[in-house]
Order: sequence, then structure tokens, then C-alpha cells
Amino acid sequence: MNPIPETAVLVLEDGRVFRGTPYGAVGETVGEIVFNTGMTGYQETLTDPSYARQIVAMTAPHIGNTGVNEEDPESSRIQVAGYVVREPARIASNWRATGSLGSALREQGVVGIAIPGTRALTRHLRDRGAMRAGIFSGDAATAPEGDLVERVLASPGMAGADLAKEVATREPYVVPAIGGKRHTVAAVDLGIKSMTPHRMAERGCEVHVLPAAATAEEILALNPDGVFFSNGPGDPAAADDAVAALRGVLDAGVPFFGICFGNQIFGRALGLGTYKLRFGHRGVNQPVQDRRTGKVDVSAHNHGFAVDAPVDGPFDTPYGRAEVSHVNLNDGCVEGLRLLDRPAFSVQYHPEAAAGPHDATGLFDRFCELMKGAE
Amino acid sequence: MPRRTDLSSVLVIGSGPIVIGQAAEFDYSGSQACRVLKAEGLRVILVNSNPATIMTDPELADATYVEPITPDVVEKIIAKERPDALLPTLGGQTALNTAIALYESGALERYGVELIGADVEAIQAGENRERFKGVVAKVAAEQGLNAESARSLICHTMDECLAAAAELGYPMVVRPSFTMGGAGSGFAHDEKDLRRIAGSGLAASPTSEVLLEESILGWKEYELEVMRDRADNVVIVCSIENLDPMGVHTGDSITVAPALTLTDREYQNMRDVAIAVIREVGVDTGGCNIQFAVHPGTGRMIVIEMNPRVSRSSALASKATGFPIAKIAAKLAIGYTLDEIPNDITAETPASFEPTLDYVVVKVPRFAFEKFPGADAGLTTHMKSVGEAMAIGRNFAEALQKALRSLEQKGSAFSWAGDPGDPVALLESAARPHDGRLRDVQRAMWAGATIEEAYAATSIDPWFLDQIAGLNAIAERVRTASDALTRDALLHAKRHGFSDAQIGEIRGLSEEVVRELRHALGVRPVYLTVDTCAAEFAARTPYLYSSYDEETEVPPGRKPKVIILGSGPNRIGQGVEFDYSCVHASFTLAEAGYETVMVNCNPETVSTDYDTSDRLYFEPLTLEDVLEVVHAEQESGTVAGVIVQLGGQTPLGLAQRLKDAGVPVVGTSPESIHLAEDRGAFGRVLQRAGLLAPKHGTATSFEDARDIAAEIGYPVLVRPSYVLGGRGMEIVYDDDTLRSYMAKATEASPDHPVLVDRFLDEAIEIDVDALYDGDELYLGGVMEHIEEAGIHSGDSACALPPITLGHDDLRRIREATEALAAGIGVRGLMNVQYALSAGVLYVLEANPRASRTVPFVSKATAVPLAKAAARVMMGATVAELRAEGLLPATGDGGELPLDAPIAVKEAVLPFDRFRTRGGEFVDTVLGPEMRSTGEVMGIDEVFGTAYAKSQQAAYGSLPTKGRVFVSVANRDKRHMIFPVKRLADLGFEILATEGTAEVLHRNGVRAKIVRKHGAGPGPDGEPTIVRRVLDGEVDLIVNTPFGSPGQSGPRLDGYEIRTAAVLRGVPCVTTVQGLAAAVQGIEAVAGGHVGVRSLQEHAARLRGALDRD
Repeated sequence: MNPIPETAVLVLEDGRVFRGTPYGAVGETVGEIVFNTGMTGYQETLTDPSYARQIVAMTAPHIGNTGVNEEDPESSRIQVAGYVVREPARIASNWRATGSLGSALREQGVVGIAIPGTRALTRHLRDRGAMRAGIFSGDAATAPEGDLVERVLASPGMAGADLAKEVATREPYVVPAIGGKRHTVAAVDLGIKSMTPHRMAERGCEVHVLPAAATAEEILALNPDGVFFSNGPGDPAAADDAVAALRGVLDAGVPFFGICFGNQIFGRALGLGTYKLRFGHRGVNQPVQDRRTGKVDVSAHNHGFAVDAPVDGPFDTPYGRAEVSHVNLNDGCVEGLRLLDRPAFSVQYHPEAAAGPHDATGLFDRFCELMKGAE
Repeated sequence: MPRRTDLSSVLVIGSGPIVIGQAAEFDYSGSQACRVLKAEGLRVILVNSNPATIMTDPELADATYVEPITPDVVEKIIAKERPDALLPTLGGQTALNTAIALYESGALERYGVELIGADVEAIQAGENRERFKGVVAKVAAEQGLNAESARSLICHTMDECLAAAAELGYPMVVRPSFTMGGAGSGFAHDEKDLRRIAGSGLAASPTSEVLLEESILGWKEYELEVMRDRADNVVIVCSIENLDPMGVHTGDSITVAPALTLTDREYQNMRDVAIAVIREVGVDTGGCNIQFAVHPGTGRMIVIEMNPRVSRSSALASKATGFPIAKIAAKLAIGYTLDEIPNDITAETPASFEPTLDYVVVKVPRFAFEKFPGADAGLTTHMKSVGEAMAIGRNFAEALQKALRSLEQKGSAFSWAGDPGDPVALLESAARPHDGRLRDVQRAMWAGATIEEAYAATSIDPWFLDQIAGLNAIAERVRTASDALTRDALLHAKRHGFSDAQIGEIRGLSEEVVRELRHALGVRPVYLTVDTCAAEFAARTPYLYSSYDEETEVPPGRKPKVIILGSGPNRIGQGVEFDYSCVHASFTLAEAGYETVMVNCNPETVSTDYDTSDRLYFEPLTLEDVLEVVHAEQESGTVAGVIVQLGGQTPLGLAQRLKDAGVPVVGTSPESIHLAEDRGAFGRVLQRAGLLAPKHGTATSFEDARDIAAEIGYPVLVRPSYVLGGRGMEIVYDDDTLRSYMAKATEASPDHPVLVDRFLDEAIEIDVDALYDGDELYLGGVMEHIEEAGIHSGDSACALPPITLGHDDLRRIREATEALAAGIGVRGLMNVQYALSAGVLYVLEANPRASRTVPFVSKATAVPLAKAAARVMMGATVAELRAEGLLPATGDGGELPLDAPIAVKEAVLPFDRFRTRGGEFVDTVLGPEMRSTGEVMGIDEVFGTAYAKSQQAAYGSLPTKGRVFVSVANRDKRHMIFPVKRLADLGFEILATEGTAEVLHRNGVRAKIVRKHGAGPGPDGEPTIVRRVLDGEVDLIVNTPFGSPGQSGPRLDGYEIRTAAVLRGVPCVTTVQGLAAAVQGIEAVAGGHVGVRSLQEHAARLRGALDRD
């Protein structure tokens, strides 16, 4: 509703242009543009490291209504490369709010844009797939559109991008167990969200968070009861180090749990391929079915890549038989893997939620059971 | 888990007549359920007493019982049909209560009927306050969730109360235990209040007990719509946020979907609690909703209540998201799980997901306080609205403004005309919830009030208040824009929901000029799809809404299109009956090869089910919005016609302006509509046809009206022109009353004069629905009113076929109707009201449109009148439709065979909902102004039984024993003797007023004399009849009105009695014909002769009878 006719422009690599007004910092940014269909949890989304180098477009029209607070971020900063919304809130209204989203974006230098056509944009991305894009505002917006498209085309794409090391912690740190300590977990940070170690800590895990480059030796040196590989940005095909580290962990027979990027690394460690989805899954309403129980969880997703695995039954891997444990009922995409003869499993979606429903938090219990069973 | 194979037949219970709080949404849910079950190959047995519903269409079930929804009647149906299962969760509280009664009486067990989609234990755990509190406490403790129930303490002494107050804090709710109707409850804001309220409460309570509960007034209010299947998969279909905070019934609140002021943490906590609660309660399968209150300053969350069934909010949530809750609930009940059911909209993804919205939905309630003078228009936790409108926009402002203009009430939309007013006074007004409070807020902020001030007054979340402040800012920008409006300024306003009319008002231009300017600047809406998934997947179902956004999603059409304009929000006089006709038109025109396009804004209806038409536009029914839809459809194909005749006065009122704008309006032309609605023009039609109308005149001032009344003689019937539902109609007996009426009337309709008609006392009123193709008349049905003329036709009972009219009367009616149809130029349906007085047939009015009685007539005569009308409007002839089989090959509803079933329609009135500010019930006088919200039908072989059924369906059973009170006009005394004697013979004790008692005594009937209301209580405290009725001592009332309804006298007495009867739900007979009918009904009930018969059986018998003729 702000009657400021300042202009900003969103330019896609295929030449489609959306005009709007600046939101957050004024300037220029490029990245892979993706859409997120969650109606709540913009603060968690913005701070999710898996969104590194991506411009996130929200399909929910009103963003920023509840402002920002100290408790909800999933990492120390806003991670997205750019932000596209329809209706930025004029005021923040929530008892926990400590500031407005607009100022938070500005303070952290995140360039955003408000455009009327977020739905048209989503339909475009749904049909053409995720692609590179740029947001240009202020002086940057005055350049001819053709030049802007050139600038977008000059930016690196997501395929082959190894980004985990860019967003992960440089130094190991420990998240202490809440209540009595029952397990030691080595968690490899490939872009971890803070809710993940918290969910484990709630269950009595002392979580040693390690940098993305952690080797199998470094991981096993902690003598962990279980090893965890987190979510994270980038192309799993470019994460050979992580795959090698995980193979070492699996060789050692330590219980393993992976989420999202961790699921893709697990897949690659098992010798499976990964591929880029046309537009990915980003939202908090995806139906995932546990193929063993038939039970459906409504789950939080944020992935542009997926594992290519046979869904019609168990298959052989270097670590014995494995199976696809979960599938997405919308598109049949692989959402979880499990070894049948060793204590290792992973899911493509986000049981830690934040943002999103808590239907799948039981997976952390399953991890704890595996660790208990291995004692 | 696939569908259960052990079920082959299911009984579905509907919700009965439309009443406040239980309305058309249950026709929507019930129709969906019937369709689903039938499509699954099950035999569907339906019971619903409301004929004005789609669900009671004979095609929707295998056996449709339009019978009273009472445990004994439903048990008869079960005994006859022997269904395997009973689905009770789709017909509101009526269905649920009936099913539980059948369960508790052992009837279900006796007949081996399984309750599906519901678990009695769970229902009781959900509905019992104390048990529900226990459930909430348990799940919160076990799962560490932030959830509680409102804190409360039971106190027996004032000291205990004061101690409790220290713990709970002020304000708090004081509720004495075990008092009648919660008498003595109140809000205590301080110790003084507490001492006063709790003091009298302790005294009033038989157990000297009061419950003190913390107040959650002003907290944020939310609701989640939940679905669960038998594999324990649970999804939240929709979150709904009430703009009006706690203290206003959800049905009366402006509500928004999705919730807009919750963080993900708060929302997920709410979601976790909802799921944990329904698991703990043990909801079997299906939909339910849970309501929450959230403290705006601390986030503390209270679980208020849950409904273990499909509800009004489920209908809203279904329309808001595109997720058809009732349909899915029906599938879950017969064994499917959510993942096995495809999402209709995407066709490719399953129903086991949660819809995500890329738009905002706003629902606003529609009230009818103008119908109940004296009623307190303040909003409380007791629902008072009679309907609602929903709108969809790409932001809250757009949705809100569209919703407000969808209400079609003068002043319902925000206005920036004139001076905003005094902000302090406006906020003071806004502090007390009432219809129009948001307009006060808007004007107060326009006048300079800050968001903080508005929040302090209303507790409306600041985010919403800021949105309204934003609208004020846009209005200011529109006002101050230099010379002409720029494209940007105009587009900006349109994106926030400003109508052309609002912009015109601000700029001092006409709506038309703004529209021309807008079109010249190329500013037009696009139409976007409600797709359940925020465009993540392609949508197959074109359910569209407008927005000033970027890309239109209207699919190209190949077939010729027909656009049907619906009837907008339900209101008194324009309800579900009109939706019925629109839906039928859509069905039949689709069969006839057209692409059907529905436009409506009422979320409660079947017409706004995306399954009903080829395309649904969820849009306001204003000229601007309709013109844009027509334009969009013309851009994407050929529009063969726009139907305005079926949705009541709303679309009819647009007819001329649509035609002027070049829209192909089909059916009766706007010029012909004018012939019927303009008094002078209609007089000439009558004259040419040689028909009489009661003497009348047209007045624009009191002096005019007085002169006319002097000429034609009192009593006169006065009313504004162009109204539906008798709005502003009154019978006037003297100059003084006429003067005050004229003073009010100019407000009612400033552009149109007041009509003054001779009122015909002691006349039989007749309603006719007919179809005319320009050549042949098809008389749909002739209904004889049971009540005296003068009571609005929508409020009076009527019988079809007419019970006392002779062949000669019917012949005259047919001729008159044909002459009128030809004279007006009707193409389609027409409704005529006649009065037969002293052998003379008078034409009271003719309406060239579908009437309220079309569904009743269709069901009573087994002829789909609305379908035939839609076809005639598109050019078919009656002869062709007869040949096709849509209409009977010979004969019509005006000449039904002697053994045709008799159908009786009875009105249901909402008087118990309205109180004055002082707490008294409002006057329940029936008159020419319509007040009923709904209707029921009783159908049987003979009038008596049909009448008994109608009374039972509307009020509960006719009594078979007990006390009858009789007080009749002198003219009726002779006719009353025989039936009253019969009642005495049947064992009733007879009470009567003095004069009536004397007549009875002389005829050998002993009657006890009771005091008239006007006489007041006797010297020894003997109660008046009104007191006795209120005390529940009377089981049947026979009271024929007489005298003039002035300030006192017998007429007033009668009204007082009737008021008391309505309040106590005592059957009240107001005519001797009605008395005879009631006696016949009582005999049938007492003799145990009342059986049940489905519409399909009636239709078969009727066809048999016609064949024999």
C-alpha cells in the first residue's frame, strides 16, 4: 500500500521481466530464483542456509506481518540472495516482534522486490523450471532490460555448485543435551538449521556440529553414537568430499541419519544418482508417505535436487540392501532412503520443520532408537 | 485402505429448515455427500424437511424423504429402508443430535445400523465442556504444548468469589449454576460488579454456586478446519482468523483465511494442539473444527471448543481453499483414506495435503436487524446474522472491499464521502461490536485516530487496522490526484479493492465515467484460479476470482456460454430457494450443450461449489463486477446469454443496466420486468387483461398517502416499490400510523415512491408459479395460503394443491396468469400473488422471476420448474420441453389429480434470536414484512397428515394430549365449535377466553376460562394466558386475529399470545381452516397413521394417477 512509485525490476534469464517496488536493501542481486509456497515462517525460510544463492519468491501474498524476532531465525543471518514478495507489511504486529522484516532485510543488505505478479512468476517457474534471475533497484534498475538479462546470464547456475562449505560453520561447536545426556551425535553442517540440533538435544543428544569439510576420521574421532548429515545448498553431485566422509562413517557401521542434502549425500554414498527437479519442492504442505506404514506426513520441504532410486522394491548397495522408505505423493519423488541391514536412514524433507508442521519429528526418535540399538 | 465393501446403503440426515446458525451450508455439504455416496454405488437414503434444497432433489438420492427430522420419524425411515449405515456429520447439529438420540434409544442397534463418520463417545467428549477441558489439559501436559482452557473456579460464598477474583483477575465471567437459560450471568469488571452479580447469582442458584471464569474478551480468535481418516492421517484444511476479536460469535465476525497475524511457531503450536485434541477426543473420520483464543500480549493460547462434524466454517473453508471438506468427509466415512482420494482441482495430487493460498479470503456477515425493529444490533456470542458474503483478493484490502460490497447493503462498503465525523465518537461507537463497526473504525482513522487509539477501542489486531489506514491513504491519494486520475493511481486503488463507484464518489464522478476512464486506460481485472496449491500444480477446475493482477487464467471456451447470476448473501426474503433455481439452470443448460458460468459470492451455497458449473466466478454481484466477468467471458468465447431471473432481486435489479451496457440478457426483458414492477405500467397491463387489483395509489408524501387512504378506505397496505421479501411493508389502519410510516419510508427507498393499496380483510391468498414461453403457459403450481391474507407469503403456510379452491377458481387463476404473462411479456418464470375475497379475484403482485416457492412447487409436483425455465429463457418452448420429457406430456401443476399428494409449506421464524437492548424478546408480530429464515415441507396423501408433518418439522410435534387454548374472532366461532369439540373428545383440556368459552359451553364443550393478556393477572395472581403459555402450560394455541392491530385490544392480545407461542415453541393455529387442519393432523398422529414416503414414491404415484386420468 506504500504509495512510493520507486521502481525495482526482477529479470529472469529467459528475458521475462516483472516490475515492482524495492523491498529491503536497494541495489542488485543475482541467483537462482525459486518459489516457496509456505503461508507462515518467512523468518525461518529467509535464514535457512539451504537458500544460499537463491532468490526466493513467496507465493503467500502478505509477508512481514509478524515482523522479526530473536527466537525464530534458523541461522545467524538472512541467507537468501534476494527476496520477492507481493505485499510487504507496513507494520509488524506480534507480541514477540522486535523489528520489521523490511528493516532486517535492509540492515543485512538483502535486495528484495515487491511485485504484483508473484502468481504469474510462480506459474512461469512451474512451467519453465527454476532459473537464474536478478533483482535490480535504485540506479541498477535504470539500465536497459537487455543489459540486465546479460548480467543475469553471466551469473553462475546452481548445477554443479558446491555451496555447503560457504554457509557451514568454520569451527566445530557443541549443542549440549537438554536434560540428561544419552547420546553423542556428530552432526556435519552442510548448511544446518538451528532447529535440527535442538530437536536432537531435546532427546538427550549432545550434538557436536562439525564443518562441512569434516572427514570421516574427524567425525569418527568424536566416537559418536550416531552421525548426522544436515540439509544444505548446492548440487549434491559437487559434494564429493561429503560423500567420501559419509562412506567412511557407513564403513564404520555407526548409526546414520541424514536430512535433505544429507539424504542426497547418502544416496550418492550408496551409489545412486541425483538429479535436479524442474522447480523443486519448497513449502510446508507436502504429503510424504512412509511406504512401510502407509502413513502420510504433511511435511516441510526445501529441495531442488532429488535422489534417483528404484521405488519398486529393495535394491543392492555397497552397504547391503536398501529401500526407498518415503515417497512424495504429489509427484512420486524419492523422499527417504533406508539401509535394511545397517542402522542408516535419511529423508529428503525436514522433520525439524521450522518452518512447517511437526508431523515428522518422530524421525529424530527413530535416530535415537538406532543409536540405542547400536549400544 | 479402499472403500468398505460391507456397506451397500447409507442414510444421510440433512439439517432441516434454514435457521440462524444452521443454514444453506448444510445443503452444500449434504449435496456433496449424497453425490459422493451415489457415485460410489451406494444406495442413498436421505431425510430432510427442507424442500428448498438441492440435496432433496430426487436425483441426488435413491430415496428422498422430505419428512420431519425427529428421532421417531427417522426411525420409521430406518425401519422401512433398513440402511446399513447412518452418516450424521453433514447435517449440522440437527443431524448429529437426531443420530445420537437414535443411538441412545437403541434404535440403531435394533435395526443393525452402523454410525459412520462419527463416534458417539468422541462427540460427547467434544461437546461436553468439562470433559473437553480435561482433554485439553491432558494433551498439553503429555506433549508439552502451549494450550489451556479458560481458567475457572467454582465458588459457594462471596469470600470464595473474592479469593477467586484475586486469582483470575478482572474482568471475569460470572455464571450461576443451574439457572434457567443461564439467567444471572454477567461480566464483572471490578469488585463492585462481582459483589452485585455473584451475590444475586449465589442467591438464584439452587445449589448456591457460581462459576467464575477468566474473561478472554478481546483476545485474538482463530479456527482450524481439520480432517482425519481412519489410518490416522490428519490434515489442516484451512486456518481462519477472526478480525473481530473474542466476544463476537464467529458467524457474526468478519473472518479472514488464511490466518495473517501468526508466526510459524504459533501456528504450528495451534496445529499440534488441534491434532492432539482430535486424536484424544477420538474423532472417527471426517471433518471437524477447533477454535482458539490467543492473548495478543503474551501468546497464551486457550482452546475454546470443537465441533466434531462438518460446520458452517467447513463450508467457508472449502470455498476458501478449493478443498471440498464434505465430499472428502463422505469418502472417508465409507473407508477411504486421504491419500487414496485425488485432489479434484489438480487431479494429479492426493487429498492428503494442506492447501496453500496465494490470495486472501474475507467473509463478512449479513444482518437483518431492519426486519426486527427494537432488536439490539449489538453483537455477542449469540449468532444473529442471516447470511454471509465471501470475497477473494490478492491482498487483504482487495478481498475486504470486495466482500463488503458483496453485502449489497446501503453503506456496507467503506465510504469517503463528506466529512469523516468525530474520531472520538466514532471510536466510542466502534468499542461496542455491532454491524458496521469496521466502517466506524475506518472513518475514525480517516478523521485522525491513530492505530493505537483504534486498537485500544476495539482490540482488532493492529495489522488489520493498519490495512484500513492504508485504504484511507489510497482514498486520499485518489482525491488529491491532479486533474485526471493517472493509470498508476487508478490501478493502485483497484488493486486495493476500490470499486468504480467508490472512486467516483471520491472524485465527484459517476460510476460510469470512472469505468469509461478505467477502460480507456486499459485497467481491467484478470481472473485467477483457486487451485489449493498456490500455482505449484496446474489446476483442472476453473474456480476463478478477479484481481488487478498480471495474467488472466480464463480458459478459452468452445461451446456457447450462459452466465447465471446468483443471489448473493442469504438474507430474509432471498435465501437458498434462489440458489436452488440457479443451480438447476446450470445443470440443465450443461445438458443442453451450453458451457455454464456461475457468478455468486455466497460461500454457503451449492451454486458456489466448483462442481456445479463449468466455471465459477466467486465475485460480488454488482454491476461493475458482473460487467467485467461478462467481458472476460466474451474475450474467451461467445456468450449466448446472461440469466438474471433466477437469483432473486439481486440480479434482477441489474437487468436494465446490463442490457444498456450491451449484455445479452435472456428471458423476460428488462422492459418487461419494468412493466411488472412499475405500479403505473402494471396497472395498464391489468386493465388490458381485464383484471382487478385492490384499489391503490402512489404517494411521495404523507399528504398524498392520506388522500389515497381516504379515497380507498382503511386498512391500507403500504410499501415501497421494488422490494423483495416485503421489506418495509405494513398494514396501516389510521392516519397517525400512516404518518410515521411515510416518515420511515423515505429512508427505505428514496428513489421510489410508496405504494398504498386497499388491504383485503378475510381474503384467501393464493400464490402461483408459472412458466411462459410467449405462447403457452405451464402452470407450475397453485398454492393456497392457510393464514389470512396480510401475512407475508414467505411467512405463511400454504398447501399445494389448493385445499378449498374449486374448479372455477382455478380456471380463473389460470386465465388471469396467462393474461398477465402475455401482457408483461414473460419468457421464463413468473410468480403471481392473488387474493380471493368475496368471490372476486384480485391481483396483488406479479414478479417476472423465479420465486421463493419454485423448489417447493417442483418437489410437490415432481416437475423441475427451474430447469424448464432456464431452457425457456434460452429459447425452448413449453411444447418442446413436454416432448423432451422435462415437463409432463400433458396437464400441469394447476390441475393435479384428486389423489395427488398434498404438500404443505410452513415458515420457520427466528424470533428467539433477537432481543432488545433491555433483554426483552422483540415483537414477534407477523405481518406483510417477511421475517422467516427458512421453510419446511410436509407431504402426504391427505391434508391433515401433511399439515401435521409440516408443523412437526417446523416446531416439533403437534400435541396428542394436554391443554388447548382457544380464542377466536366472532366470525369464526361457528366454525370453531366442531373441531374444538373433537379435540375435547380426543382428551384435550380446553382453555378459552370468556366469549369463546361461552359459545363452547352452550355447545356442550366444557372450557376453563383464562384471563386475557390485556386484563393482567387476577386479584389472586391468576395468570393471564400469555403467562400460562410462557410457563409451558399450554400445548396448542388456537387464536384467530381480529380487531385492528393498534396499541391495545384483542388484536394485540393475539399477537402477545403468538409471541409467547413462538418463544416456547408451542404450535399456534391462526385460522379456522388451520384449526380443522390441525385437528386432522392430531387425529392422524394420535391414531399412529403418520407414515413416511419418499419423493420418488410420491412421484411414481402421481405419474400413475396422471396416467389413469
